[in-house]
Amino acid sequence: MSQVVDAGVAPNLVTGEREGLLAWVASVDHKQVGILYMISSMFFFFVGGIEALVLRIQLAAPGLHIISPETFDQLFTMHGTTMIFLFVMPMLTGMSNYVIPLMIGAHDVAFPRLNAMGFWVQLFGGVILYFSFLAGGAPNAGWFSYTPLAEKAYSSLAGVDYWIVGLACIGVGSLASAINLAVTIICLRVQGLSVRRLPLFAWMTMVNSFLMIGALPLLNASLVILMIDRTFNAHVFDPAGGGSALLWQHFFWSFGHPEVYIMILPAFGIISEVIPVFSGKPIYGYEFVAASTVAIAFLSFTVWAHHMFAVGMSMVGNVAFGISSMTIAVPTGIKIFNWTATLYGGRIRFTTAMMFAVAFLFTFTIGGLSGISFAAFPLDWQLTDTYYLVAHFHYVIFGGSAFGIFAGFYYWFPKFSGRMMSERIGVWNFWLTFIGFNLTFFIQHVLGLAGMPRRVFTYPDLPGWAAMNLISTIGAFVLGFSILLFVWNIFDSLANGAVAGDNPWDAWTLEWATTSPPPPENFDRVPPVHGRRPLWDLAHPDRADEKVARA
Amino acid sequence: MISIRERAKIGVGLFILSDVGFFLLLIIAYVYYHGYPGAGPTAATALNVTRTGLFSLALFASSATIWMSSRAARSGDSRGLVRWLAITIALGVLFMCGQVTEYYDLLSSGVTVSRNLFATTFFTLTGFHGLHVMTGLIALATTLGLARAGKLHERSMDGFGAVEWYWHFVDVVWVVVFSVVYLWGAVAS
Repeated sequence: MSQVVDAGVAPNLVTGEREGLLAWVASVDHKQVGILYMISSMFFFFVGGIEALVLRIQLAAPGLHIISPETFDQLFTMHGTTMIFLFVMPMLTGMSNYVIPLMIGAHDVAFPRLNAMGFWVQLFGGVILYFSFLAGGAPNAGWFSYTPLAEKAYSSLAGVDYWIVGLACIGVGSLASAINLAVTIICLRVQGLSVRRLPLFAWMTMVNSFLMIGALPLLNASLVILMIDRTFNAHVFDPAGGGSALLWQHFFWSFGHPEVYIMILPAFGIISEVIPVFSGKPIYGYEFVAASTVAIAFLSFTVWAHHMFAVGMSMVGNVAFGISSMTIAVPTGIKIFNWTATLYGGRIRFTTAMMFAVAFLFTFTIGGLSGISFAAFPLDWQLTDTYYLVAHFHYVIFGGSAFGIFAGFYYWFPKFSGRMMSERIGVWNFWLTFIGFNLTFFIQHVLGLAGMPRRVFTYPDLPGWAAMNLISTIGAFVLGFSILLFVWNIFDSLANGAVAGDNPWDAWTLEWATTSPPPPENFDRVPPVHGRRPLWDLAHPDRADEKVARA
Repeated sequence: MISIRERAKIGVGLFILSDVGFFLLLIIAYVYYHGYPGAGPTAATALNVTRTGLFSLALFASSATIWMSSRAARSGDSRGLVRWLAITIALGVLFMCGQVTEYYDLLSSGVTVSRNLFATTFFTLTGFHGLHVMTGLIALATTLGLARAGKLHERSMDGFGAVEWYWHFVDVVWVVVFSVVYLWGAVAS
């Protein structure tokens, strides 16, 4: 295997001598690390999905006792923690890891070893988290582990300790990958690829990396203090010893709210690549999409206490955080407008990737609107502890992040594997996911408005509740089945898919200028970059973006 | 465009940015309980400002010596590089000796982590700073080893620059911690 070492480029550390499993474990190649991220997060997606299905079985009818309240608490804690920290985040990190260096014409990432370390540390965190099941019970204080419930006096078993250590490992690993990706985008862009020409997925990955660099240490600091509370019998977050339960909430949500943007910004980036390519047009208002991302990143640090309206803050606090939370809707709305305007007048190709991207516009907007309704704090007081919030959150995270992930996966799978994913199965995958998702969660808005409390293992047989919950459970199984189709499509396409070629979608960013899958050193030669769509310019020299702009 | 040769420094710069957030929360936790630490020791009653101040001077001075070291490196003076680096490490170790003896005195007089909220937040904040100093000492010792073996070439100067930034950061954090914990405690008494 050739070692590509030229001036100014990190040496290629791919270990060509090793074979089989060891080649993967020892790999520092960003593409292999990216695939490892995607495989591990698909595994945890499966586990978290099964946990959700068990929860939905328990809730299928009123008064069921299929699982105990204790098990229910453990499962919803593990479902939330798993989907957030072990599926959405690492899946998006994995895609960024694979795609970003290719997209910016680089031979590798800035710190290949740090990158591999980041993956293994976060996987280790996941293993620790799940080891808790064998060590006396999983954590059961929610993915937010509110104190004093999460303190030793109320959670005396080791579950919360595993939660703390697992999340701290995931925090360190994610921080490493964020620093690596940020430096990669800052330092390793090919000649001509200025920040004003940077593909939007790379833009959002960069902003997202800064968001992670700002937010994850806040989680880690909160975790070490909680750990000290639990291990050394201290009381920082424990009112019984003079501490403050509210301080934990402030600390946790100062991380927790940026975290939801950490989960959505890369998905925004994916949508900003997929929609223009399948509309046959450059993105509408590139500068606005990029700038509004920066605005969202800054604003996301100013809204954390809207998670805490129900604790009874001062009116000044309520109003301030209500206003700042509503403000975030502005840059987000700008993006929705830009994506819609990109569709307008385009030659739209409804591939599976595009269907997920367009569905994202609908479902994410619903989640965004219900989010604004929570910024009106009197409504929040009424609804925060109900299924309305569960519906809102899943419209944002499933209807947003996960739909974005599916769109990106269908879009880049040919590059990852050299094979096309089956569009025939893809269409079924899309419609079943879309129907199953809406069937599961739309009705939960109504359940929440009717007053059904969340985080409780069962519910009384009030008028309509049984039917609505049954619909939600049926929807969850449709959704679960659609994920099986997705996995089947991956394996089937890997074995039997049509050969993809370098650029099956007629896309225009640099990752499509190399072979599928790319060689270890990524490129033989990176095409010249004179605009935002280098491959378009190469294919249509007479209608190159630069010329059109000048004309 | 920023050069690839600077990547270690930029990476550490971003790490420092993240660490600011980490220390910020530990400092907020300390400040939050400054007013009502619960019964028992406080900064005013438990801490010896003068003594810690003297050890702090060692850490502050080490920022100057590491700068001398990197200046020597830039001008190709490898003996000066090694000498100033060794002095920097010695000053860092001296600071840690101060912290260890301070902890020993506190613990033996019954000021333990769980004694009250002052003690918990004090040990958390200064303890994590101490861990950062030790990490820095490991990085400095590695650099010193490379320098003595004559392996600190122009190519690896980016790495040395990153270590230098980190060491300055650890120093700046201590300026804040010393002010908030020790000086404020002295003024409050």
